[in-house]
Amino acid sequence: MNVDQKQWHKIEMQEYQNLVDQIKPKPDILKNSIWAFMVGGLICGFAQVLVNYLLSAGMSRTDAGSAVSCIMIFLAAFFTGIGIYDELGKRAGAGSIVPITGFANAIVASAMEFKREGYIFGVGARIFSVAGPTLVFGFAVAVVAGLIKVFLST
Amino acid sequence: MTPLYMAFLGGGLLCLIGQLVMDLTKANITPGHILVGYISIGGILSAFGLYQPLVDAVGAGATIPLSGFGHLLVQGTLKAVDSNGILGAFSGGVEAAAAGITCAIVFGYVAAVLFNPKG
Repeated sequence: MNVDQKQWHKIEMQEYQNLVDQIKPKPDILKNSIWAFMVGGLICGFAQVLVNYLLSAGMSRTDAGSAVSCIMIFLAAFFTGIGIYDELGKRAGAGSIVPITGFANAIVASAMEFKREGYIFGVGARIFSVAGPTLVFGFAVAVVAGLIKVFLST
Repeated sequence: MTPLYMAFLGGGLLCLIGQLVMDLTKANITPGHILVGYISIGGILSAFGLYQPLVDAVGAGATIPLSGFGHLLVQGTLKAVDSNGILGAFSGGVEAAAAGITCAIVFGYVAAVLFNPKG
């Protein structure tokens, strides 16, 4: 009898745990989504302020875009260096990964960890541990698109 | 000029999609996968002419996410094909993205050398 009760208790605990597991992730997804939306939106909004300023100062649209990318990359590299960007990233998730600042963050964060292996083949190589694959696929898509256009137009 | 709130909404939504992909799929998706996915999908959409309308609507909200970097590479390549033919297919992408890529490498290297990881 006692053993039966213990087993029942165990099963109830298990069912309860299953129920908890089912319910638990949902508020996290909502919270993560809000964080990602807000942080990603703020980063892009800040970039838009810079773009609008440079446009009103008479810069061309292409140049303003390049300049703002450089500024955002510089800021992200700096804030990654002093450790703030990764703290933000713990909460913001994709909100801090998807913008170009996340690309710069990936470069600095992975390179910093490998200083021990030296400045040339440690830092110099590890810069590309995430940026490398990203650029490979970016260029691959661009070149394929370009080649298709060449063959379609001949 | 794109209004600020449009950039906020566009950028926020693009990041939200990335977050949902990370949270709702069982596969272990790392930040690296997100970056590769965004640059590739952005480039493909751009090649079909589907990304430019988004850029027109939300400005930096579409150019700052990494999909906008893919868009920049593809549009640079397609423009260079018009002027330089097949050589342009290989040179246009880097030309368009030169500033961003160089900044990322140089600032990234300097920051990694100057600062030490926490903890």
